[in-house]
Amino acid sequence: MSDLNKLTISDARDALKKGDVTSVELTEACLGQIDGQGALNAFVHNTDEIALEQARAADARLAEGGDTPAMCGIPIGVKDLFCTRGVESQAASRILEGFKPEYESTITTQLFDDGAVMLGKLNMDEFAMGSSNETSVYGDAVNPWKVDARNLTPGGSSGGSASAVAADLCLAATGTDTGGSIRQPAAFTGITGIKPTYGRCSRWGVVAFASSLDQAGPMTKSVRDAAIMLESMCGHDPKDSTSADLPVPNFEAMLTGDIKGKVIGIPHEYRMDGMPDEIETLWSEGRKMLEDAGARIIDISLPHTKYALPAYYVIAPAEASSNLARYDGVRYGHRAKLDTGEGIVDMYEKTRAEGFGHEVQRRVMVGTYVLSAGFYDAYYNRARRVRSLIKRDFDQAFDQGVDAILTPATPSAAFGLGEMTDADPVQMYLNDIFTVTVNLAGLPGITVPAGLDAKGLPLGLQLIGRPWEEGDLLNVAYALEGAAGFVSKPEKWW
Amino acid sequence: MSIDKDTARKVAHLARIRVAEDDLPALADEFNKILGFIEQLNEVNVDGIEPMTSVTPQRLFRREDVVTDGGMPEKVLKNAPDAREGFFAVPKVVE
Repeated sequence: MSDLNKLTISDARDALKKGDVTSVELTEACLGQIDGQGALNAFVHNTDEIALEQARAADARLAEGGDTPAMCGIPIGVKDLFCTRGVESQAASRILEGFKPEYESTITTQLFDDGAVMLGKLNMDEFAMGSSNETSVYGDAVNPWKVDARNLTPGGSSGGSASAVAADLCLAATGTDTGGSIRQPAAFTGITGIKPTYGRCSRWGVVAFASSLDQAGPMTKSVRDAAIMLESMCGHDPKDSTSADLPVPNFEAMLTGDIKGKVIGIPHEYRMDGMPDEIETLWSEGRKMLEDAGARIIDISLPHTKYALPAYYVIAPAEASSNLARYDGVRYGHRAKLDTGEGIVDMYEKTRAEGFGHEVQRRVMVGTYVLSAGFYDAYYNRARRVRSLIKRDFDQAFDQGVDAILTPATPSAAFGLGEMTDADPVQMYLNDIFTVTVNLAGLPGITVPAGLDAKGLPLGLQLIGRPWEEGDLLNVAYALEGAAGFVSKPEKWW
Repeated sequence: MSIDKDTARKVAHLARIRVAEDDLPALADEFNKILGFIEQLNEVNVDGIEPMTSVTPQRLFRREDVVTDGGMPEKVLKNAPDAREGFFAVPKVVE
C-alpha cells in the first residue's frame, strides 16, 4: 500500500484488522511526512520514540486478534493543550516552557488505552486564545491550502491540528473548542471537526481556558472517522465534576445516511450583513442537499444570536483570568529573574508579563476588569443572563421539533497570516460568530467541508444538534458529506 | 464607561501583570474597544432571567470528602522553577 499517511481512520482500521498493513508501517509513513513539514509548523514537539513503541504494542495486540478497538494502531497528533506524561505540554505559551506533566489527560489516556499512537504535539494559539494560530509561542501554523504567494492561516485555536490532518501528516488529531476552535479551523482546511455536548469529554488534564465552555473533540478526514474517534474520547470521568455520567453510544453504527423526515432548522439571524455571496450560496446548497435527502427544512429564529459574541467576550475572559491565575512562577514553568530588593509581587508581575503573550494578557486583564468590584453585576452577571437567553433560543427551536440546525461554519474562507495584525481585536473575534453560540448553549456542533470558493479554498457548513444526541447529529453530517461529495485536497508545496 | 490610564494601571496590577507606564495608554485604548463591543449587552432585557451557571441541568458530581490520592512530593515538585528540601521556594514573603 502506498501513501499510508493519507488513509482515513476507517480504512486504516480495516487494513490493520485484515493484516494488510501494520501500525508500525502507518506510523513510519506519518513520521516521514512530519519530517518534511517545517513550512507548516503544525507539529511542534515530535514523539517518534513513543509513537514507534505504541505502534509495536498495537501490532502485538492486533496480532492476538479478537475484538480490538477501532483506534488500535491509528497514528494521531495531539494538541499541545493536552497534558501528556513526560512530554512537553505548553499550551503554546512561554509561561509553560519546559513543563512536562507527571500525569496523562483522561482523553489521551482513553485514546492510548484503545491503542492509538501519538506522533507528537500540535501547534495552537496560546492557551487556545485566538482564531488564526498567530498567538503561539512556536510561531504561526500554516494552512496547507495555498492559492497565491500568501501563506494562509489554518484557523485557530486548533490550527496545528487542522493543518496536520489536512496535509496528511497524521490520520486524525485531537482539538479543543471554547468558541469555535475545532470547527473554524476544520472549515478553513477542508476537514471535519466535531465539538460534542459540554460534559461528554472529560476536561481533566486539558489546560483550562474557560471551564464552562471548553470541550475537546476529534478533527478528522471524514464524518465516519469523527464518529470513531469521538467514541474513544467520550465517557464519564469522576475527576471532572462536570463530566456526564451517560452511556456512550456506538456512534459509527448510527451512520445510516437516512435522514428522511428529520427536521432541519435554518436560523435567519445567521444571515449577517456583509456576508460574502459564496457563503450564502453554500448555505442554500446545503439546505437543498438535506432537503433532497428527505429532510424537512423549516425557518427558525434564534433572536439573541447577535449578543453571543459580546457575552462570550465577558464570560470567557472572566473564566480565563481565574484559570490562568495559577501561572505565578511558583509551581511550574517560567519564573522571571528578580533584581535585588524585589519581592514576591514583583516575581508574579514580571513572570506573567514575560510568560504570557499579548492576546492572553489582554484577555486576562479584561476578565479581571469585568469581575472586579463594582462591575461584576454590570458585566459578568449580565453576560450570564444573556447566556441563559441564548440557550433558551435553542431550547425553543428544539421544542418545535427541530432535530438539527444548519448554518455556515465561518464568515469567510481562510485569510492570509498577518492580514489581521492591525485590525482591532474585535475584528478577529468576529471569526467565531457562527460557532460561539454553540459553546454558550453547551450543544454539540460539527463542521463538514462542503465546497470551494472562487479562489479554490475550502468552505464548511455547520450542523448543531440536540444535547447528547451526537449520534443523530453525526448521521445528518454523514448525509450532508455524501451529498456535498467534497474530495479536494491541498496540493503539496511544503 | 471609559477606561483611562489609571484604571488600566490598576487592572494590570490586579491581574499581576507588569505593564510599562508608556504602554498604559495603548492598553486603555484596547480595553475601550473591547468594552465598547461588550456594551451591546445593555440592549438586552434580562429582567427576571437567572444567570446561567451550568449548561446541563445535572447536579455537580459529589463524593466522600476523603483523601484519594497523594504521597508523591517528588512528582509534585518536579516542574518547579525552584524547589528545595521538599518545598516550593519563593522570595521572602514575611518581613
